[in-house]
Amino acid sequence: MVRNPKLIAVLHNPIAIAESIQQRKRWEQFFILLGWFSLLVALLTLVVLVADLLIRGWPLLNLKFLLSPPSSDPEEAGILTAWVGSLLVILVTIVVAVPLGIGAGIYLEEYAPKNWLLDFIEINITNLAGVPSIIYGLLALGFFVYILKWGESILTAGCTLALLILPVVIVTTRESLRAIPVGIREGAYSVGASRWQTIFDHVLPYSMGGILTGIIVGISRAIGETAPLITIGALTFITFLPEAPIKGEFPYISFNWLWSPFTVLPIQMFNWVSRPQEAFQINSAAAGVVLLVLTLLVNSTAIYLRYRFRKSIKF
Amino acid sequence: MSTSAKNVTRLGVIAAIAAISSTVIPAAFSQQSAPVVRIDGSSTVYPVTEVAAEQFQKQQGGKIRVTVGISGTGGGFKKFCRGETDISNASRPILAKEMEECKKNNIQYIELPVAYDALTVVVNPQNTWTKSLTVAELKKVWEPDSKINNWNQIRSEFPNLPLKLFGAGADSGTFDYFTEAIVGKAKASRKDYTASEDDNVLVQGVSRERGALGYFGYAYYAENKNKLKAVAIDNGRGPVMPSEKTVLDGTYQPLSRPIFIYVNANSAKRPEVRQFVSYYLSNGPAIVKKSKYVPLPSSAYKAILARFNKNQVGTAFGGKEAIGLKLDDLLKRSIQ
Repeated sequence: MVRNPKLIAVLHNPIAIAESIQQRKRWEQFFILLGWFSLLVALLTLVVLVADLLIRGWPLLNLKFLLSPPSSDPEEAGILTAWVGSLLVILVTIVVAVPLGIGAGIYLEEYAPKNWLLDFIEINITNLAGVPSIIYGLLALGFFVYILKWGESILTAGCTLALLILPVVIVTTRESLRAIPVGIREGAYSVGASRWQTIFDHVLPYSMGGILTGIIVGISRAIGETAPLITIGALTFITFLPEAPIKGEFPYISFNWLWSPFTVLPIQMFNWVSRPQEAFQINSAAAGVVLLVLTLLVNSTAIYLRYRFRKSIKF
Repeated sequence: MSTSAKNVTRLGVIAAIAAISSTVIPAAFSQQSAPVVRIDGSSTVYPVTEVAAEQFQKQQGGKIRVTVGISGTGGGFKKFCRGETDISNASRPILAKEMEECKKNNIQYIELPVAYDALTVVVNPQNTWTKSLTVAELKKVWEPDSKINNWNQIRSEFPNLPLKLFGAGADSGTFDYFTEAIVGKAKASRKDYTASEDDNVLVQGVSRERGALGYFGYAYYAENKNKLKAVAIDNGRGPVMPSEKTVLDGTYQPLSRPIFIYVNANSAKRPEVRQFVSYYLSNGPAIVKKSKYVPLPSSAYKAILARFNKNQVGTAFGGKEAIGLKLDDLLKRSIQ
C-alpha cells in the first residue's frame, strides 16, 4: 500500500501521471544515450588502434614477412619462428588448461562439499585471476624449469600460460553451471539419472556456451603475454623451427617439438618496438596485425563450437 | 541434445589424450639434430650479437644454429653461471656476486670486449643555449635529492625554463653505468624524472619538450639525429662530442663504456662455439658498425681473438664496474 501522501496526490491527478511518465522516459533516453556513448568510445578506440596497426604495417604484410626468420635488417626480418612459436605454445596451453579448468569447475560447483574450505578455495581462485602475469613466470621458472627440468621449452611456456588462464576457465565454468535452471537438474533426477549423467548429458552441454566464452577470454589473454615467457627464457633471435610433429618413419608422430626452444609474437614485437631504427616500428605493427589474426583464428574454433552449442539449446 | 553431449565427449577425450601424452613424453627425446650455440643476456649487446649470429648462420648454411635471448645482463649471468648458456651478453663487466655464483658451479669464462657504446646526453633541437655540460653540472642535476628544476639553476646564463628530465629505468645497465660515471655511485640517482627501459620512449620525450634533458645509448641518438641534439661532455679537459673518433681515442670520457661477451670455457671446447666466437671477432668491425655501435680497431679484435684462442679465463675488472676505461687500458689490463 502506498502511504506517501505526495504520491497519492500524483496518482489522483492524470496530468501529474503523464508528467511523471514523461520524466521517467527522459531518464531512459538519457541512459540509452549513455550506453551508446560508452559503446562508441570502446569501439572507436579499438578501430583507431587496429586501423593504425594496419596502415603502418600494410607495406610488410606479405608472404615473405610470414615466412622469414628474424633478422637485424628490418627489410629482411620476418616472423616465421614467432608465429609458429605462438601457435604451438597456445596449443599446449589449450590442451592443458581446458580439461583441467572445466574439470575443476565441475567438481567445485557440483560435487565439492559446501564448507569453509570451499569458500577459501573460491576466494583464492578469484584472486589468482588478478595476479600479475610475471608472478606466474617466476613460479614456472622455479617449478617447470628448475624442479621438473623441462628447460626453456614450448612445453614449459604452454604450461605457464595454462596456469595463467586456469582461474578464468574455472570461474567461468562455475558461473555457467550455476546459471542452468534448477528445473533441468530436477527433470533429469526425476527420470532416474545419476548426478554424473545429469551433469554430463544436460547441465554441461547447456553451459558450454558460457564456458567457451571463458576459454576465448583466456586464450586471448595468453596469446598476448610477454613477461612470463621472458622470465622462463623465451628467446628473441631464433631462426629454426621446432621439429615437425609428423614424421615419415615409424611411429609417425613426434612430440620433440614440445622440448624445442622458441620465441613468440609479442616478444618479437616488443623487441622491434625498442629498436633505435624507425624501420623496425613498421615490422612491429605488421607483427601486431598477424597476432590479431592469429588470435581470431585460434579462437574461431571456440567461437564456432559456442555457436553450435547455443543453437542446440532449446529450453 | 544428444549431439552436443557427444561433442563434449569427443572434445574431452581428445583433450585428455593430448594432455596425458604431452606431459609424459620424457625429456630424453629433446636432442636437436644440428648443434646449437645458446646465448642470452643484455639487451644493449643484443643487436651486435644478433648480427653476428645471423651472418654466421648464413655463412654456415644452417649447419650450426645460434639462439639469442634478452634477459638482461644480470639475468643472463644467472643462466650463464648455472651452465645453461654458452655465451652471455653483458653491457658491464661481471660483478663479484656473479663471479662467486659461477665459481660455485665450477664455471670458468673467457671475457671478450666486442664494442664500445657511448652514453649520449641529449637535449631538444630548440635548445640553442646548451653546447656542452661539465660532469660536475650533470652530477648536480642527477644526484639523489637534487633540487635543480630549472635550466638557470644549472648555469646562471641559461634561460629561465623548467627542466624536464628523461633517463634510463633502474633495471638497465645503462642506468648503472651513468650513475656510477656521473654521480660516482652505481644506482644513486634522483627519482623525479621520466624513466623508461624503452629508449624510444625517451627519444620521443626529449624531442617533444623544449626544456628536456636526457641520456641513452649512442645508437638511439644516431638514428634520431634530426629530432635530438647531442651535448658535448666536459670532464675538465674541454668539451667533447660523442663520436666514433672521440670514443676510440679515449677523449669522450667518462661516458663511453665497453660491452662484452662472456664465453663459457667448457663450451669453448665445442667446435661450433669456437667457430662462432672466431667469426664474431674476426668480423668485428663490420658486425659492430651494422648494429650502430663503435667498433674497436681491427688490431684490438686480433688481440682479443688471441686471448680467446689461448683460453685465458677470468675477468680483468675484479668484479667492479669499469668507469672511464680507455681502449688501451682495456686491452692491457691483465686478467686475474
